Amino acid sequence: MAPEPPLLGMNGITKSFPGVRALDGVDLDVQAGEVHCLLGQNGAGKSTLIKVLAGAHQPDTGTIRWRGEEVTLRSPIAAMRLGIATIYQELDLVEHLSVAENVHLGHEPTTAGFVVRGKAARVSTAQLLKRLGHPEIEPGRLVGELSAAQQQIVSMARALSHDVRLIVMDEPSAALDPDEVDNLFRIVGDLTAAGVAVVYISHRLEEIRRIGDRVTVLKDGRAVAGGLPAKSTPTRDVVAMMTGRNVEYVFPERPTQDATGGEPLLEVRGLARDGEFESLDLTVRPGEIVGLAGLVGSGRSEILETIYGARKPSAGQVLVAGRALKPGSVRAAVRAGLGLAPEERKAQALLMLESVTRNVSVSSMSRFSHGGWIDRAAELGAARAATRELSLRPDNPSVPVRTLSGGNQQKAVLARWLLRGCRVLLLDEPTRGVDVGARAELYAVVRRLADEGLAVLLVSSEVPEVLGLADRVLVLREGRVVHTAPARELDEHRVLDLVMEGSPAS
Amino acid sequence: MTQHASPPRDSTGKVQSADGAPAWRGLMARADVRTLSLLGVLAALIVIGGITKPDEFLDTRNLQLVLTQASVIGVVTVGMTFVIISGGIDLSVGAIVALASVWATTVATQEYGFAGILFTAVIVGVGCGLVNGVLIAYGGMVPFIATLAMLASARGLALQITDGKTQIVTIPSVLDLGERDAYVLGIPPLVMVFAVVTIIGWLVLNRTTFGRRSVAVGGNAEAARLAGIDVRRQRLYLYLLSGLCCGIAAFLLIILSGSGQNTNGNLYELDAIAAAIIGGTLLTGGRGTIVGSVLGVLIFTTITNIFALNNLQSDVQQIAKGAIIVAAVLVQRRTASTT
Repeated sequence: MAPEPPLLGMNGITKSFPGVRALDGVDLDVQAGEVHCLLGQNGAGKSTLIKVLAGAHQPDTGTIRWRGEEVTLRSPIAAMRLGIATIYQELDLVEHLSVAENVHLGHEPTTAGFVVRGKAARVSTAQLLKRLGHPEIEPGRLVGELSAAQQQIVSMARALSHDVRLIVMDEPSAALDPDEVDNLFRIVGDLTAAGVAVVYISHRLEEIRRIGDRVTVLKDGRAVAGGLPAKSTPTRDVVAMMTGRNVEYVFPERPTQDATGGEPLLEVRGLARDGEFESLDLTVRPGEIVGLAGLVGSGRSEILETIYGARKPSAGQVLVAGRALKPGSVRAAVRAGLGLAPEERKAQALLMLESVTRNVSVSSMSRFSHGGWIDRAAELGAARAATRELSLRPDNPSVPVRTLSGGNQQKAVLARWLLRGCRVLLLDEPTRGVDVGARAELYAVVRRLADEGLAVLLVSSEVPEVLGLADRVLVLREGRVVHTAPARELDEHRVLDLVMEGSPAS
Repeated sequence: MTQHASPPRDSTGKVQSADGAPAWRGLMARADVRTLSLLGVLAALIVIGGITKPDEFLDTRNLQLVLTQASVIGVVTVGMTFVIISGGIDLSVGAIVALASVWATTVATQEYGFAGILFTAVIVGVGCGLVNGVLIAYGGMVPFIATLAMLASARGLALQITDGKTQIVTIPSVLDLGERDAYVLGIPPLVMVFAVVTIIGWLVLNRTTFGRRSVAVGGNAEAARLAGIDVRRQRLYLYLLSGLCCGIAAFLLIILSGSGQNTNGNLYELDAIAAAIIGGTLLTGGRGTIVGSVLGVLIFTTITNIFALNNLQSDVQQIAKGAIIVAAVLVQRRTASTT
């Protein structure tokens, strides 16, 4: 009488990390043989959800049913034993092992405990690769020698080498050329025809229309819509579900006059890096905040780091106040007055073992030193003045920077550049890991710095942030600017249409 | 006493202004748990030495001997501490000491007298450091590999120069520095050199931009680079510094032994690394103290002395050293996880 239970039923899954509720009661059901698409903006909880499904994270509450029976996925191995395989965006292959060894990693064909049956592994690998439409990949080759697309095939072969019933694919098409995407879709079709379920994550709505059966939309850790028909739900509705948010952003007011006067402080001409972004032109005037909007992989961070000299451009020029910078030199950029607040604050900006003072003064040490000798009183005073100006809490620059909250750590990075006297501020995801209350304060700080005459170039994957803070917005898609407009002429739906569809859908 | 210490605090834990409290109080308050525990270990060792061999251990001559022995490896350890703090390693220190000591004691060099020996030892040390630094900073080699290669070649070159023979020093002004007549207020000149190197090392690490940059490069090289520090040049300087310390140590060793041998400085790299580690320097870089490293050297040298006085063989000493390294690191992990 009861209908056949779904292959997978996740119910009321919650998962919290310190300071963040990543999943807040998510339901997801997946039928055998369907392609179930997961949609959501960055930070909506997609990765956390698939990590729970892969056994890599344990949910705080909620139940997981597998073919109607409640299960606990204690570890990735437990998930694999049930037949759940995950192909992550960051491929988890061992470069120095061969294709066959990677495919059979962890379950090598053995005889009496010894991995001797290399031939058996190669033969079964060859069969899997043939089934995946890539017989040209030799099982004996080292994975490190393969292209990104081929590595993805190997990753898929590894998933199929288990008795798999459900495959999770996290943005599998991101690194692929169009005809490789066609092959991927053929594979997905074969799998579902054989009764395997596929959970497919992608930002590209047109892909979801082509291969998806049903769609679940995640937003702020909740499933706002579950099991919608993938082919017939209008794009507008999907985008609306992804963006309608509960979090209120408080943005400072823009100056009444546009900063059109004055010479551009930062000018980028034809800047490019092979495979990352193409011929980029932009200008930022003093007092202006320019935003770059785009998805992960659209080349945003790469652009900022190239402007800053941390990556060497393959073409183009960066000018500060009309003078060209030496390409690929961070020191030249810093000397010319550029400052970067990088995306990975802890890995790229902060000296986590050091005090706030030392983190703030690190780029301006020559100002407090005579012949290499540091005047520590002057250093402390300057660091205190800079952190006070940004209302950094606690008001004691001698505390270790690791004890600060995310927002205050970001202020420490800003204080570093303030102290240095920087004229052009590059902000990469400035509010990542910063809680909502502190965000408003950071926005106000950035606006005030601009009002004081700084040129600010802002990158964020959170579209409302770019629209709310920036004066002018450049929309990026796959390393190219597809649209430029004053922020007040854009809204979130329009920007998301642009970044996902690539063409203006008026 | 550490370069990462919090500012002076009074007994209520309130932070004081930079020049508020009396200097000794600031020093006491800032001597962190690790430094105090190292001092405690050293004190315990002195008590053990005093109990087991009261007449011999506490004899002035013996204490002078302990400090003199500590001086050579101590100078090397100061350089090594900088390298490790910056996230690197220098396996070639012992071999550089050997090469510098034999190059500085060849017949040809000795013709130039005292200055010739000193100059040659320092230049050879700095030269080897330069090669290490260029390979690592600009050649992109892993410090472990580059300095391992230097270890092998410097030892080889030292053997080639001496042909395995001991080169006796015949310059009286050099030899005199090792004699008791040269002691000032009972302190051997070698120990004074060690003290001066230690003080300079402490000042450079804690009070100069060079020290700051070393710590920044070791703590987070990418962040240092993005903050505008020339990470490669800093790395080059650090290996130059380590080479310089090896050159000075070689000169001290020449005074101490009155000769140059290709077997000098054997396993100094391990002793120096071990002393830095038990002194609290993180092998991953970003944190470390000169005071801790020097205490580490003194602890090892004292143990060696006590064991020798009690007629325990060097195999037992080696086992004890290994046990101390393990114990020190375990204790540090414990304290690190509770703070």
